[in-house]
Amino acid sequence: MRFSGWRVLKEGLTGNKGWAPHWRDPEPKREYDVVIIGGGGHGLATAYYLAAEHGITNVAVLEKGYLGGGNVGRNTTIVRANYYLPGNSEFYSHSLKLWESLEQELNYNAMMSQRGIINLFHNDGQRDAAVRRGNAIVNQGDDAELLDREAVRRLAPFLNFDNNRFPIMGGLMQRRAGTARHDAVAWGFARGADMRGVDLIQNCEVTGIDVENGKVTGVQTARGPIKAKKVALAAAGRSSQVAAMAGLTLPIESHVLQAFVSEGLKPLIDHVITFAEGHLYISQSDKGGLVFGSYLDFYASYAARGNLPMVEHTMETCVAMVPAVSKARLLRSWGGIMDMTPDGSPIIDHSPIEGLYLNCGWCYGGFKATPGSGNVYAHLIATDRPHGAAEKLKLDRFCSGVGLMDEEGTGAQHNLH
Amino acid sequence: MRITCPLCGERDRREFYYKGAALERPAAEADLDAWHAHVHLRENPAGELEELWYHEMGCNSWLRVTRDTATHEITDVVLAADAGLGGAR
Repeated sequence: MRFSGWRVLKEGLTGNKGWAPHWRDPEPKREYDVVIIGGGGHGLATAYYLAAEHGITNVAVLEKGYLGGGNVGRNTTIVRANYYLPGNSEFYSHSLKLWESLEQELNYNAMMSQRGIINLFHNDGQRDAAVRRGNAIVNQGDDAELLDREAVRRLAPFLNFDNNRFPIMGGLMQRRAGTARHDAVAWGFARGADMRGVDLIQNCEVTGIDVENGKVTGVQTARGPIKAKKVALAAAGRSSQVAAMAGLTLPIESHVLQAFVSEGLKPLIDHVITFAEGHLYISQSDKGGLVFGSYLDFYASYAARGNLPMVEHTMETCVAMVPAVSKARLLRSWGGIMDMTPDGSPIIDHSPIEGLYLNCGWCYGGFKATPGSGNVYAHLIATDRPHGAAEKLKLDRFCSGVGLMDEEGTGAQHNLH
Repeated sequence: MRITCPLCGERDRREFYYKGAALERPAAEADLDAWHAHVHLRENPAGELEELWYHEMGCNSWLRVTRDTATHEITDVVLAADAGLGGAR
């Protein structure tokens, strides 16, 4: 079933009786070439690219709940490629390019909206850092533009330019950045993978990983054992528990990050805007709700809900940046489980066990990585060599200290990101 | 979330700084693997975890807090010095 304007018209005139489920609900087979643990954005994207780019279709995605029920449905939907350090820079650049053609590739409306991101700065030091990062982004081949105070005012006149402590001096803008409909990204990849023969198996929790003589042979699941030549982790916040089934301890601590949505408002904020104080980021969804968030709660958590001090901090920062928001009512908030690495950057690599692959440590940046992550992870699984855009996302960088990607420059240890 | 400091009583979470899992510190001459494990690798359980919290805006004590990471329930708080944790002696 392909989607098109013509199809929408035809279904509208014939009672919408021709729409079919977007994917099958298959029984697990006894054996697969590749088993992917985790049916979220990254796992589904990996399955899609394995089938679409590498011709590997004897693949199962095992999901303990329902497809896209984890972090891919719990984020603030921001897509961007404005990183500074080598490793992150080329990876997110690769991912943004995939985002730009994703809807055509998947024949699925992911509501990709390249509305641009503006990172505000408040002082000379932050301005210098923005210039430096902007130059790095341009050198990578992506777009970055330094805006002065008046240029920011033309785009976003509602900002509080004369806040006593954090006056706005300007901003670094990336026009190709924006937002996408997060659930639709998962559904589009799921449908694309399913159409190519991948089995998407829901309600199928993995309870064990079988390893013989240092080589992976399959998994134990709630729906019986499944043999596999290769097993690929894509379990986000639960990566440590899944890796522990294979006897691995990861450099990951899971934290809670909260996100917030206001009641629906008329169009107010046309871009994604970030405040340099308090790490606030905000955009407006197509339904009109303001979608925003700030820091982690800063303690280990699997509760998928946060505490009030960070709610208060986020509201204060939001109102400091956009005073008009103080009139809006908060509609809902939620928490996601972030797999935090010591340097705040991800891992896509071989594990010490043959045939077992790692995709974890996405910290608070996993959504924008979704197509890039699936694409380079599929390359690693299919060819056993890292993709050119992911050569630096190594597991051993923490032990060796070589190639750490600490974007904030705060140090590569657990409680700092 | 509120933490009952053994010296100050029940206080708001905002008074405390979070360090992370309360781990045995390797000896200074321990090998690279031991230090790598101590600094980077974490059991990261979804359940009970012993952690170090610092009562930054109170008595300046390091505390060993036993907390469930899945529910945020705190079941035990003792001074890190009494728990014999390195760095607090």
